[in-house]
Amino acid sequence: MKYVLMFVENEQYAADLAAMGEGERDRAYARVRQWFVENHEKITHHAQLMPPGMATTVRLDRGEPLVTDGPFVEGKEVVSGYTEIEVADLDEALLLSRSWPGCPVVEIRPIAS
Amino acid sequence: MTCPPHAELARVVRSHAGQLAASLVHLVGDFATAEDLVQDAIEAALTHWPAEGIPQRPDAWLYTVARRRGLDVLRRDSRYREKLALVAWPAEPEPDDRLRLIFTCCHPALPRTAQVALTLRVVCGLTTAQIAKAFLIPESTVGQRITRAKRKISGAGIPYRVPAADELGARLVEVLAVIYLLFNEGYLSTGGGQAQSRDLTDDAEFLAALLHHLMPAEPEVAGLLALIRLHRARAAARFDQNSEIVQLQRQDRSVWDHEAIADASRLIARAAAHKRPGPYQLQAAIVACHAEAKRWEDTDWTQVVVLYDMLLYLAPSPVTRLHRAIALRYVTGPAAALREVDALDGHLDAYHLFHATRAELLRDLGHHDRARAADERALTLTANPAEQSLLRQRLNWT
Repeated sequence: MKYVLMFVENEQYAADLAAMGEGERDRAYARVRQWFVENHEKITHHAQLMPPGMATTVRLDRGEPLVTDGPFVEGKEVVSGYTEIEVADLDEALLLSRSWPGCPVVEIRPIAS
Repeated sequence: MTCPPHAELARVVRSHAGQLAASLVHLVGDFATAEDLVQDAIEAALTHWPAEGIPQRPDAWLYTVARRRGLDVLRRDSRYREKLALVAWPAEPEPDDRLRLIFTCCHPALPRTAQVALTLRVVCGLTTAQIAKAFLIPESTVGQRITRAKRKISGAGIPYRVPAADELGARLVEVLAVIYLLFNEGYLSTGGGQAQSRDLTDDAEFLAALLHHLMPAEPEVAGLLALIRLHRARAAARFDQNSEIVQLQRQDRSVWDHEAIADASRLIARAAAHKRPGPYQLQAAIVACHAEAKRWEDTDWTQVVVLYDMLLYLAPSPVTRLHRAIALRYVTGPAAALREVDALDGHLDAYHLFHATRAELLRDLGHHDRARAADERALTLTANPAEQSLLRQRLNWT
């Protein structure tokens, strides 16, 4: 089955990352890269997103298309990246998610076939 | 209390539902379809058996109905039909098939309410109506929970299997929590006088025993089974003729099932030999301390406090601290116990037993007015009629 793992950051995580020294931050990024290397056989696609400050939202359900600055929901938790995986079942997707060394929340969503 | 034919019907259905579900999942390769077929067969049994009697081979009867309905439902799918036509009864399922069933029903990706409803339906053979009645919720709510859960199982790819060794521990915790919740639900609602309602404590004990049979080397499973059996062994003394709760201290210990208590104690000892203590084993050991005491005065309170200390180390919780304080009253006296209880203020303010316990300790120490106030507060916080009545009695007598 195909799933998308959505990586979710919160303010605490962003603050922790900002407070790290350069060496420490490099090691944190290295752990994430290592995770992608170790699981590359199951990963079909992945991308990191620019921060929510770069987001633009278009609303089409209010008459004329409405363009606004920012993400569609203002929240303390924001999706910061995603990866598409192909695995046998949800348990395997859970196993991968549990070993994720980056941001503190991962949402697993099956891709509609 | 359930009348014998009703209880017998429940027992027979329960002892075959899981096997039937496991065989059908194996057969049709799809959890949701198998679950529908089992439910149909059980509904049919509950319609026919009360009038016609329970058949000689209830398992074969249920299987024949499920298979026939399966053919009806799946007529358009030749692959399923071939499968159904090929398999003859009795097809003894692998023992771990029911284990897979249990772990699927209690998958952590399902909400707890759905885990409970699914387990009751699939493994114990309860109907949606029986589940609704047992939990005092509308039948449509139970139906929705089941439908959503089955949709999620297939849609999100929840596998039908026993978890791998490295995740088994965490997954087992989930299964045990479901069984314990069922037990508590049944245990607390007994005495409610619902003659025809299904006794959830029967289902909880059945599930714990089944799990222990399938996973004999898991000490926490044995611990939960022992805990359930110890509580049930004392059930006869829990209520008086007027369905009022009798506190442990005043229970007639001669009506306890002492043989069952001894069996459960041996089960705890065997589990302890694995040297992997856990919350259920410790709770069972605490209940055993009470159950094995000839009189209330003979309770080994020091041992009880030690066991609570271990339990708090493994699973810290304000409710456990409250229970430890109750035991402490008999080791170091009511003043020390009250200090412990008062330290929990703020954590348990909405819990009736917190106030009821405070009331008892305050009364021991001669603070009758404050004791009354605490009992009155407790009374506003419980909806359980038997507990309300106990608190009212206390307010009238003191």
